[in-house]
Amino acid sequence: MTQSAPVTNIVLAGLGGQGIVTASDILAQTVFRAGYDVKKSEIHGMSQRGGSVSSDIRFGPRIHSPMVPAGQADFLVITESTQVTPNRHRLRPGGRLITPDAVPHLFQDDDPQASAQAARMVNVALLAVLSVHLDLPEEQWLAAIRSQLPERLHTMNLETFQHTRRVEALFGQLAERPRPRAY
Amino acid sequence: MAEQFLTGNEAIAQAALDGAVSLGTGYPGTPSTEILERFDQLGGRAQWAPNEKVALEVGLGVAYGNARALVTMKHVGLNVAADALFSATYTGVAGGLVLAVADDPGMHSSQNEQDTRRYAEAAGAPMLEPGDAQEAYDYTLQGMEISARFQLPVILRLTTRVCHSKTRVTPRRDRVGLPAPRYERDIPGRVMIPGYARPAHVRLRERLAALAASELPEALLRLDGNDPQLGIIASGVAAEHAREAAPNARVLKPGLTHPLPLEAMRRFAEEAERCVVIEEGDPYLYTAARAAGIPVEGRPESFRFGELTADRVRRILERDESPEPQPEAPGKPPRLCSDCSHRVVFRALSNLDCIVAGDIGCYTLGVMPPFEAMDTCVCMGASIGVGLGLRHALPAHEARRVVSVIGDSTFVHTGLPGLAEMAYNPPETGHVVLILDNETTAMTGLQEHPGTGRRLDHHPAENKLNYEAVALALGIHHVHTVDPTTQTEDFERLLHDALAAERLTLIVARHPCALAERRLAAFQAAQEG
Repeated sequence: MTQSAPVTNIVLAGLGGQGIVTASDILAQTVFRAGYDVKKSEIHGMSQRGGSVSSDIRFGPRIHSPMVPAGQADFLVITESTQVTPNRHRLRPGGRLITPDAVPHLFQDDDPQASAQAARMVNVALLAVLSVHLDLPEEQWLAAIRSQLPERLHTMNLETFQHTRRVEALFGQLAERPRPRAY
Repeated sequence: MAEQFLTGNEAIAQAALDGAVSLGTGYPGTPSTEILERFDQLGGRAQWAPNEKVALEVGLGVAYGNARALVTMKHVGLNVAADALFSATYTGVAGGLVLAVADDPGMHSSQNEQDTRRYAEAAGAPMLEPGDAQEAYDYTLQGMEISARFQLPVILRLTTRVCHSKTRVTPRRDRVGLPAPRYERDIPGRVMIPGYARPAHVRLRERLAALAASELPEALLRLDGNDPQLGIIASGVAAEHAREAAPNARVLKPGLTHPLPLEAMRRFAEEAERCVVIEEGDPYLYTAARAAGIPVEGRPESFRFGELTADRVRRILERDESPEPQPEAPGKPPRLCSDCSHRVVFRALSNLDCIVAGDIGCYTLGVMPPFEAMDTCVCMGASIGVGLGLRHALPAHEARRVVSVIGDSTFVHTGLPGLAEMAYNPPETGHVVLILDNETTAMTGLQEHPGTGRRLDHHPAENKLNYEAVALALGIHHVHTVDPTTQTEDFERLLHDALAAERLTLIVARHPCALAERRLAAFQAAQEG
């Protein structure tokens, strides 16, 4: 986390149905529980029909505008590769782009049912990657996941989050290694 | 009470509960829809009305009965409810009536970007403009209190970013006990015949003057910053953008924006070396300030369009009129779901080369490729009237191609009078109305309506509106019901024959929305579990 910067700006983006709003609720709830001023803004309505969705989360000692200004996102988290190009301009120079390429372990199964399951976990897995770069207590992340998801989904999501967070903490700093795909 | 993290819509629902609102009613419309859904989840009494006009009338009746009502709608919904509003300010209210009206600058999910503040001024309704969820909460309660004290309906003017942004909210329970609902007869006050309406108009202006002279306009001001060089007058979320764009500037944010705190604005503007008005939508604050002789600066015309952001506010302050940056590539537009029954219908309309007078809902996406099977879309319910007008005007060989396409919820909203018009003034070539009945209000997020047979909370309703029976009762004798997904050929033949027959026909293309079916199944499972 950029400790010196007064405000942390994060943009989550993807397609309708990929759990962008849920992921941004988990992130914002974590920040809220950690005691920061936080604002979260998104556009939905037509997203239900599979269109682009993005959500802005800003936190710090005092937040005014709920929208991340153009080119000032410290983190851009994308759940679907086609959404990188339309959102890349939101990232500040030196900001971190987090895409499904960051969680290859999620897609190592050839079983189609397992792959479909993995697709539903992408949002939480990418939050886990993001979490390593934010100075927020792990127990607040876990509490936020529990508060934002129905109980039957808790185990799977908590396990995915904790496993991915460990993998990222161990290997994420070597993130400059070549990615399986380039955008 | 514990601090919460809420959207503006959720905060309004919480305030309605805390403020003893006895009935919430409205019609779904992005970005306002979640207010009533949340109010219901919190244990409030919430119901969907067929349209915004009926919702406002129901709310008005509640308030005449000395109880509190919350009426919700999107900005264009107020066009439908305007007839009631313009006389509701004359009659006034007894209990309390707040209209939460959500504007959509930038048209994320709307057909225009009209500014509700014009309505407050035109109808003479007091108006509050929150800029975040905490203010949405506070002003909902404040609005109820203003409504009760000055006996006027109050508009809570929202925008997309207030409705759908989450911020920290500290609720405060309204501890004032409310008197029990009762009817107090006041014929000259409530019956707007000319003889009673003339004094009622005078009374309205007196009430607004009393509000303007009260402590409230100044009490609801927020003043931040201390730079004597730059003063900014801003309302709603625009004030938040302004604080971000110019952290040191003095920012004056009136919470009550009708009637405006003009004297406070004048003092503020005269103290600043330069005073700029920052607002989304129409130049409402700017025009009022200039008309009062207050020395403020406006914005270039290009900032009238779309939402403001901190970046755009910075441009206004720097008088930067250079072209604004555009996104590198457009996002993915919404489209009809891959298994949507509307797809079959639009393929048929396209195959038959119809002129399609369309309407508002998911099915408006029939205008997108590969169908491109919609020729007009104006406002809720317009498909039937526009289709009839085209039929009246066009030569017979073209008139026969005209079909009106309307969804089930939209039909109930404002399609019913259109059908009466069709029966009353039939075109020479007849006409074909197609109700796309997917048994939900899909586009706004799967809300119930009188035709689904379920209430807002998804429990069974007393009645279920029968479109076929309505058409027959109106004198439209050719009424057909088909499932376009399982009877695709029948549907296409039926449509073809109806167009050729030169008579009045209603076709109900009925197939439940898959998303609504899934949600209803989940609801029923939760009920049983």
